[in-house]
Amino acid sequence: MLIKPAPDIRSSDITDERVYLRRREFMKAAAVPAVAALTGFTPGAALAFGQDTLPNVRKGVVTLNEALTPWDDVTTYNNFYEFGMDKGDPSRNAKKFRTKPWTVKIDGLVNKPGDYLIEDLVKPHALEERVYRLRCVEAWSMVIPWVGFPLKDLIARVEPQGTAKFVEFATLHDPKQMPGQRLDVLEWPYVEGLRLDEAMHPLTILATGLYGKTLPNQNGAPLRLVVPWKYGFKSIKSIVRIRFTAKQPVSSWQASAPQEYGFYSNVNPGVDHPRWSQARERRIGEFFKRETLMFNGYAGQVAGLYAGMDLKKFY
Amino acid sequence: MPSARLLRPLVFAASLGPLVFLALGALQGTLGANRIAAITRSTGVWTLRFMLLTLAVTPLRVLSGWNDVIRVRRMLGLFAFFYGSLHLVTYVWLDQFFDWASIVKDVAKRPFITAGFSAYVLLVPLALTSTAAMIRRLGGRTWRRLHRLAYVAAAIGIVHYWWLVKLDTRPPRNYGILLAVLLLVRLFTVRKS
Repeated sequence: MLIKPAPDIRSSDITDERVYLRRREFMKAAAVPAVAALTGFTPGAALAFGQDTLPNVRKGVVTLNEALTPWDDVTTYNNFYEFGMDKGDPSRNAKKFRTKPWTVKIDGLVNKPGDYLIEDLVKPHALEERVYRLRCVEAWSMVIPWVGFPLKDLIARVEPQGTAKFVEFATLHDPKQMPGQRLDVLEWPYVEGLRLDEAMHPLTILATGLYGKTLPNQNGAPLRLVVPWKYGFKSIKSIVRIRFTAKQPVSSWQASAPQEYGFYSNVNPGVDHPRWSQARERRIGEFFKRETLMFNGYAGQVAGLYAGMDLKKFY
Repeated sequence: MPSARLLRPLVFAASLGPLVFLALGALQGTLGANRIAAITRSTGVWTLRFMLLTLAVTPLRVLSGWNDVIRVRRMLGLFAFFYGSLHLVTYVWLDQFFDWASIVKDVAKRPFITAGFSAYVLLVPLALTSTAAMIRRLGGRTWRRLHRLAYVAAAIGIVHYWWLVKLDTRPPRNYGILLAVLLLVRLFTVRKS
């Protein structure tokens, strides 16, 4: 499981066997955009659902009696500043983003640190479909059928040490592939963090897909966090590092505007963003705004994590 | 340069472009997942652009000697007011759906909305006094002094934009630089001439 680098050959020089064995699929996958580019003809369904279907997904692990946000909206309305500032930028600019090979470094206060190939990281876990609300700090929301597995199961595998109290995540930093990182609007790489008990909460997942397909690049492929009771920016995308720490991490948004973004960033209709109200939200596809729910509707499951805390202070 | 007679119809048609584009986008569903946000943003940005275009007319005339351009200044200013009104209607109707309590709270409590609303209020007397009859009634001097408010409204409009941006302040900053340049050009050229 632990990949030790060979002394003389860089791991990037070797084609992974899995990749080699699936070379025909890659050629096919590459052919669709190429044909589209050459002919100007886009096979709509093929491209829109151009993601691989994920096998053996346990359906209905977490369901929600609310209409799903359509695939097209989920995959074209994205805040992923690494690929541009406009909502439509990520779906346009992330098309050629390389997610294979992909390594996730696990380090810090943990017994089994290492550089894990994403396949090895994900393989031991049964993939589940979980329908969650996603509430953006900009007061819009979606309902998304994620595919992933509980983060706590991965944490258990890598064995954090007793002194570990927080988990810090980082997104890939690669300005060549991520044009947004050439602007210094945020400190790159993007960093997010959770308290260890938040990370261990059964609702917190690492997602590898949505709508039963592999994650589109613009949604944070190949691996992203989903914490449904926090504002969307906490659910960090395209993760390359998971670090266990004793000190509370400083997220990119906290570093950028500490008076506007706190470490917790729990969805809370009673605590406004300094510049706009958080009391209501527009569900994508709906005309009328709806009331925002405490902890995004997950108060029953997560309120206990914050018992006794002043949520106006720890926003 | 287009003949003086054609200039106004041409500018009028072009000025309707953003509205036509929005209407077609709304009909064809190409405004993206969050249509209301797209309409709000587009009408707001076009208000600012028309304000800057209006303020560019006199400097352009003085610098280029193209005197006929003055014929479209009022029209451009009224289009700024028109897109500003659409922007306000979008907020009141589509975004808030006439929730007056929430609107009053927003205007009072959210500095960026206070600024946007103030900028719009400043445009109202300018639109009302844009007719030839009103210019005569006020007299040229008073009218010109009153219409210097256009600079104030544009500046507050840019502040409104600046304060609502989450991270990327480049667009409002660029509009601010443009406004400053226009003001400087005016101060240094129009005074002299």
